[in-house]
Amino acid sequence: MKHSLLIYLFIMVLVTNLIRVLPMTLIRRRITHPFLRSFLYYVPYVTLAVMTFPAIMEATSSPWGGFIALLFGIVAAWFGWGLFPVAAVCCLVAFVCEIL
Amino acid sequence: MRTETRSIFLHGMRDGFPIGMGYFAVSFSLGIIAAKAGLTAWMGFVGSFLTRASAGEYGVYSLIAIGASYVEVVAMCMVTNLRYLLMSTALTQKFASNVSLLKRILVACCVTDEVFGISIAYPGNLPPAYPFGAMLVSTTMWASGTAVGIVAGEILPPHVVAAFSVALYGMFIAIIIPPSKRDRAVGLSVIASFLLSWLCSVLPTVREMSAGTRTIVLTIVIAAVAACVKPVKIEDHDEA
Repeated sequence: MKHSLLIYLFIMVLVTNLIRVLPMTLIRRRITHPFLRSFLYYVPYVTLAVMTFPAIMEATSSPWGGFIALLFGIVAAWFGWGLFPVAAVCCLVAFVCEIL
Repeated sequence: MRTETRSIFLHGMRDGFPIGMGYFAVSFSLGIIAAKAGLTAWMGFVGSFLTRASAGEYGVYSLIAIGASYVEVVAMCMVTNLRYLLMSTALTQKFASNVSLLKRILVACCVTDEVFGISIAYPGNLPPAYPFGAMLVSTTMWASGTAVGIVAGEILPPHVVAAFSVALYGMFIAIIIPPSKRDRAVGLSVIASFLLSWLCSVLPTVREMSAGTRTIVLTIVIAAVAACVKPVKIEDHDEA
């Protein structure tokens, strides 16, 4: 069976955005349940942390480049640097590791 | 547009720019895969503009390339993007109560890992103009990167691509480290996340899990444990 490229793309756009919109239509009020509130408080940090490591080590040609970029990024963020400076530091460190 | 809303929108655009630079590099490599699936530059631009999901798009383009069924594409989108369900749910709690449903839905559509990250880091309630500004800039660069990747293929040297792709993780780090410093429970959750995520990628059997599934499972488990061990105090900062 021949599949249509446009139908594939339509499915991708539809399903991805439905997943995003669903909670917004269902949850309009403040959640007061203590466990749920605490759970949602931790979710963003945990998700981003899980997605950062070990993935950052797979982004560079040698895992060490990504790992060292991670360490420099953590130190820069610890001292209060913003989004862009931290990202730039990581790129720079990764780039240096790539060419060494 | 009110001046205040305007300046928030511009603030969002400014914060969206570094995100967009990281996106461009990532979607450039995504474009190379999209080209293998037979997408034209325009299809890549529109598809990426409307979808905005790195892992999700990567999965779908790989499926298209092997002529998989539509059902598999639906399943792939659900598994790789389920984390957006959690992120949107978290964002429902960031709005002032007078924000309209339409705006909430539009903000939901802005949810990507990074735009969510800066939105949740926004002090106090989230004005929708902020993610709108960030989304406009970053999504345009995301879509452009895909299109350029489809057309140009491999013109950037690999070490430049590698350096760029670290930018996204750098932004994640900038979002999670400051609250880890302030709140020890967040810090410990972040350390646990790093460790468990790494373990799940190397341990036999568990490592067969896709990165998307791993993200969902670990997020639910670690956030639930943290919520049980160290529940947060209920404080309603809704001034509306």
